[in-house]
Amino acid sequence: MSKRHDSLEGLRVAITGGTSGLGLALVETLRARGAAVAFVARNGARVAEVARAIPGAHGIAGDVASKDDIHPIALQLTGALGGLDVLINNASTLGPVPLALLADTECEEFEAALRTNVLGPFRLTKALLGALASAARSGRPALVINIISDAAINAYAGWGAYGASKASLAHLSRIWDVELRPQGVHVIAVDPGDMDTPMHAAALPDADRASLKRPSDAAREIVALIEAHGKEAARAAREHAEPASA
Amino acid sequence: MLPANTPNQRPPDARLLVADASGRLRHASRDWLPRALCPGDLVVANDAATLPASLRGTHVRSGAEVEVRLAGRRSIAAGAVREFDAVVFGAGDYRTRTEDRPLPPVLRPGDSLVLGPLRARVQRLLGHPRLIALRFAGTPDAIRSGIAHHGRPIQYAHVEQPLALWDVWTRIAALPVAFESPSAGFILDWRMIAELAERQIGFATLTHAAGISSTGDAQLDARLPFDEPYLLPESTVQAIECTRERGGRVVALGTTVVRALEHAGAGGGPLPSGPGIATQRIGRDTRLRVADAIVTGTHEPGSSHYELLGAFASTSLLERISDALERNAYRTHEFGDSLLLERQTSALARPACVPCKLSIALV
Repeated sequence: MSKRHDSLEGLRVAITGGTSGLGLALVETLRARGAAVAFVARNGARVAEVARAIPGAHGIAGDVASKDDIHPIALQLTGALGGLDVLINNASTLGPVPLALLADTECEEFEAALRTNVLGPFRLTKALLGALASAARSGRPALVINIISDAAINAYAGWGAYGASKASLAHLSRIWDVELRPQGVHVIAVDPGDMDTPMHAAALPDADRASLKRPSDAAREIVALIEAHGKEAARAAREHAEPASA
Repeated sequence: MLPANTPNQRPPDARLLVADASGRLRHASRDWLPRALCPGDLVVANDAATLPASLRGTHVRSGAEVEVRLAGRRSIAAGAVREFDAVVFGAGDYRTRTEDRPLPPVLRPGDSLVLGPLRARVQRLLGHPRLIALRFAGTPDAIRSGIAHHGRPIQYAHVEQPLALWDVWTRIAALPVAFESPSAGFILDWRMIAELAERQIGFATLTHAAGISSTGDAQLDARLPFDEPYLLPESTVQAIECTRERGGRVVALGTTVVRALEHAGAGGGPLPSGPGIATQRIGRDTRLRVADAIVTGTHEPGSSHYELLGAFASTSLLERISDALERNAYRTHEFGDSLLLERQTSALARPACVPCKLSIALV
């Protein structure tokens, strides 16, 4: 069977929050393009269901908000994929549902939002940094994509826990990126836009779904970013190699 | 030497004993390592992540409690999780020294082991009542999940608190294929890696499935190290070739790196990249072909790690090193202090290397 021209075969991608919304669309899109994909989600039964439905996708049950789950997740991700090129920190929580004013947000709810949306991506990135840097040393693209939101930039009433945690993740991404560039690992924050997802429905049950972006469209845009990064990394690797062989 | 009994990979007071090519000994703070090397040198580290290789469970035929320590594999592929060699202990846990742990029940080919969510079968005995080849049932994903959730890092009686997985993963841990931590790599953090680059010192990695360091059984320990698969990336081979062409030294971070590099380089020709299985023992009679220096923990005479140092230095220098470590109360074991040992006689003519000045005392 010939390889399709836009194949991502050989690319190793890990996605958190992979059983619904954008995460599921990313698993589907990347698998359809031939990438090796492993995904993480909390509900073991749902993980097994998605893994069965998408042949070749490796499902891992775990909670990125739990410190004790991080290394078992990292071990299974790199073990299943034989290394790692791209990590997509997509798993998110809204904080209080229904949405609450900050003044009505319980401290515990805010802490829970920070655990899932900030500490989880921080811990998982740190645990997988060895694998990502190893990929970069071998001339492969090494990329971390942190999924954020325009609520990280604009102040929307009722989106305090979510917005503040995503703002933190966005800034964390910028600092990671500055620090990790010398290792060949790039970190970007991506706002996929308002999508028709279970999370959006939980936040704004009365929203006009027809006006919302389809997760599959957002997934295609993110995959295009990954491809562009891969081409840039390959170009940089060639330039790096040329002086040595001259 | 004192046992390092807390799982702190980089204690601020960690020390480095430097034994240079002329046999001179100096003491330094361990974070001085980049300053003890030269521009143009290349540090090669083992980036294997450590499996939680200790699995508790039951030997079904006898009903006896056992601890199974995964200890060997035939392939470096992270996907190869069905078959392992393993050392089996009877009842008890890490609080009992391995030397004092009881034998497991009599193990026979075909016996079933229930290890938490994992099911395994004894395939054969490997010449010792504790040592078996086993095969897990289930899909690779299910086996990995079982090991990840039920397994615990192999524990040490000299470390007071139970080790968590993050205690035994180096900063650069990548593929989960090691059974015990490649602990020489504990010295590294990302700041040190950046400092190496700033000082024009190269950094490269290989992946070596570091096996168990000790079983507590004299007969078995005499067979260590077991065969260990490794993967030598093409980028690392290129970095080594470039380093040699320019007169730099290859500094192996840990005994596992020496074993992999010297196995790959045993033919004497160009260093091949790719997977291999290190089967050799390295000692005083070994002619080193790749490694010019080693950074390692402080090892007790008699261990296979100590024996390996004989390839780098004479018996008399190793005795002086042991004496200096002892007299200056260096800490030993996995979380202990470090030794930088330069090869005393180099087969290749190299330009004299003048490392940056160390503000340290001569011993």
